[in-house]
Amino acid sequence: METFFFVFIATFAICTALAMIFSGSTVNSALYLVLHMLSISGFYLLLQAQFLAVIQILVYAGAIMVLFLFVIMVLNLGEDDTLKSHINFKEIFAFLLGVVVLAQLLYIVGGYSGVLPELTVEQAKAVGTVEAIGDELFTTFLLPFEVTAILLTAAVVGAMLLAQKTSNVED
Amino acid sequence: MEAPIVSSYIVMAGALAVLLNSAAVVVYVERRVAAFIQNRVGPNRVGPFGLFQPLADVIKLIFKEDVTPIYGNRTLHTLAPMFPVITALITVAVIPFGDGLFITNINVGVLFILAVTSLGVYGVTMAGWASNSKYSLLGGLRAAAQMLSYELPLGMAIASVVLFAASLSMVDIVNSQLYWWHVFVNPIGAIIFIIAAFAEANRTPFDLVEAEQELVGGFHTEYSSMKFGMFFLAEYMHVVIGSMLITTFFFGGYHLPFAGYYAHLLPEAGTWLKAMLDIAVFLGKTGFFVFLFIWVRWTIPRFKYTQLMSLGWSKLLPLSILNFAVIAFILMLIHG
Repeated sequence: METFFFVFIATFAICTALAMIFSGSTVNSALYLVLHMLSISGFYLLLQAQFLAVIQILVYAGAIMVLFLFVIMVLNLGEDDTLKSHINFKEIFAFLLGVVVLAQLLYIVGGYSGVLPELTVEQAKAVGTVEAIGDELFTTFLLPFEVTAILLTAAVVGAMLLAQKTSNVED
Repeated sequence: MEAPIVSSYIVMAGALAVLLNSAAVVVYVERRVAAFIQNRVGPNRVGPFGLFQPLADVIKLIFKEDVTPIYGNRTLHTLAPMFPVITALITVAVIPFGDGLFITNINVGVLFILAVTSLGVYGVTMAGWASNSKYSLLGGLRAAAQMLSYELPLGMAIASVVLFAASLSMVDIVNSQLYWWHVFVNPIGAIIFIIAAFAEANRTPFDLVEAEQELVGGFHTEYSSMKFGMFFLAEYMHVVIGSMLITTFFFGGYHLPFAGYYAHLLPEAGTWLKAMLDIAVFLGKTGFFVFLFIWVRWTIPRFKYTQLMSLGWSKLLPLSILNFAVIAFILMLIHG
């Protein structure tokens, strides 16, 4: 049953990822990416990480992609010709970057031993719960957690400052 | 995880039947209540007291011509109306209707609800974009901005509830209200949640998504026939779901007020009598909040868009964070 689900979700994930890259319209690409994110959360569920699975949907599919879609719709990037017409330095750079990332991925996958850590059923179930992750975050990883929080706050404040520019219109 | 007392498939069938039909019932109630508030008669021709009016509406909608804008995106235009209906139907999976009467009890139930709610934006946004119309696009963009903005206070209000229940499971949250409903111990959270629920359901006073003076019909300007019907259905299903969530999080779910103090007078848990009582209490409260949704719609005028945004970001959000922090501090003092 688990294998069946894995094959199903994996096929779905690969298909949506390919569709996202090859789709002509930007909005369609963004929507395929949403489907891809949903299938990723399926993987988390198979690995007993319920919290990560839900957060994946909540943060990526529910918030970030909505903002992406919002921006695409405001800029109205409907026509694919505007994106594809000029082949230039940028595309070559993107290709090289892609090759580097692919090499890194292959290196990691090549070093993978193929064995998951030995856990009993209870242990495996306890790993992905909110309680377990919360305990770890607020004890072992407290410093990285707080630093990330400050970093995100700074980023949000910076974004607001940049967006405001000079005009300060009251409603 | 405690097992449900009857098969979850039976609960699922019951919940789906109730939810799908509730839209029709709420449409009828909305028209009658609106008529009552405005001193009119309302629909009273089709069947006794006009009870078959929703049926007549649906038949009319089905026989209307289904128009798709030629320069729009056909596929997305067809898919968009399904999204809000699907997200509304998924939500009931984690709502407990009575003691042991739930479809499933997952330990991240609250996050599940937030995740599904956040996916609801796509239907409206896609509809606005795929229609290839200025009015629809503006409506869709407004919807995306509004729903994203009000998800934050909504989430913070739910987080303050989670502090009391010390669990993310919906069943635990309801059971933590056996003695005191959360509305008594966390009234600010309850008010914020109700306001945000109105905004998430795109109901007046926050229905700028379809403000007809400015946007004709908003995101569904280019929709007709049963596709429009789906949006219509979804809106009322979201009203019902919103009422169910208000009931579950703040008004004790299926518990009578202060039920813990006189629990010995009530029928024993696990009996059919208790199950009937639970469902009746839950549906009664849900019905009241559906009425509240309608009552507010026909009483309070629509906000301006700037007012909507400043209410969400500069009033509700800081208030909800403050509420959360104060509650966390007090609970820490009490429990040590």
